Amino acid sequence: MPKVKIPRKSTLIDMTAMCDVAFLLLTFFMLTTQFKSDESVIVDTPSSISEIKLPDTDILNISITTDGKVFFNIDNKNFAREKLLAKISEKYPELQFTAEEERAFVLTGSIGVPLNELKGYLGLEEVDRKMYNQPGIPVDSTNNELSTWIMQGRLSNPNVRITIKGDQGCPWPTVKKVINTLQDRNVNKFNLITDLEADPNKLKGI
Amino acid sequence: MAELEQKQVDKEGQKKGRKKRSTRIDLTPMVDLGFLLVTFFMLTTNFSKPQTMEINMPFRDGKQPTPESKSVHIIIDDESKLYWYRGFANKPLDPLVETNFSANGIRKILLEKNSTIENMVVLIKPTGNARYKNIVDILDEMNIVGVKRYAIVDLDPADIDLLKKNNKW
Repeated sequence: MPKVKIPRKSTLIDMTAMCDVAFLLLTFFMLTTQFKSDESVIVDTPSSISEIKLPDTDILNISITTDGKVFFNIDNKNFAREKLLAKISEKYPELQFTAEEERAFVLTGSIGVPLNELKGYLGLEEVDRKMYNQPGIPVDSTNNELSTWIMQGRLSNPNVRITIKGDQGCPWPTVKKVINTLQDRNVNKFNLITDLEADPNKLKGI
Repeated sequence: MAELEQKQVDKEGQKKGRKKRSTRIDLTPMVDLGFLLVTFFMLTTNFSKPQTMEINMPFRDGKQPTPESKSVHIIIDDESKLYWYRGFANKPLDPLVETNFSANGIRKILLEKNSTIENMVVLIKPTGNARYKNIVDILDEMNIVGVKRYAIVDLDPADIDLLKKNNKW
């Protein structure tokens, strides 16, 4: 019986097309990307139908985690963070910061330590700072440091817009304390950060 | 297209000039690299910009009395329970009723009330059990229904009495 010869075929494929696709996608992602901010606070925001977009700059953000810890953050437009730290040490003369601590403050994200621990927190190595379990900024009526942060933050950048980024599960009394603090400082207009949810009125229209 | 023009070969088979070489390159490593970078960018990018909901709190000092017949009170107890009534806590015009966050719950009531009561005012009263999500949900309902005037206020002692009377506290 004659053997049936199966012709050998090369297993090499032309990769050009695949290469094209890969680099097309790469270009797309490189142009559209906006890096996730280096945020140590994990907050799962609730959803709403509101579609107002948040600008990238001029934001003073107050984050509230599930367990009710409060964090403060401000973006560094026009060196607002440097100014803020200078104002803090002006107000609390016992807090004097070195150039290194100042740099750490500018580069770090949300702040969630009481003022008396701030120096120690900024003195940590970057890696340790990320691992550090921040206790949150005190917002009690007897010791309301958030109020100081808000006031000094607004002085460092007068155009700032105040946002609250609360976790779905954080208890209302904590949020209320934050809102009361804002109202004590005459801030009656602020934004709540939410995720997008479908608007039932619009769904009906389809 | 991509191939270079080859030099002519003479009759004896001797090559003149360069050797004939294929211009095809193995692109596999380049594809690998491409996809590696694509993966990196896909994982580090964030597409959705966060949305915001603007809220205006009433000024502290300016207390405006709300007409009792036009004020709808919503008490948020916890994740699944809400109560609503109309009028004053000590003599409600519509009695205290338990409802929920679904489309057939509070939204239906608000839509009905919004169309019958002119200049309706909704007072949102969260209890200590309420979560932040519940408040955002109820503010969202205000936007969906189109309630123009609403406020977040503290729970009154009279409201607690009303809840106690209905065995809900």
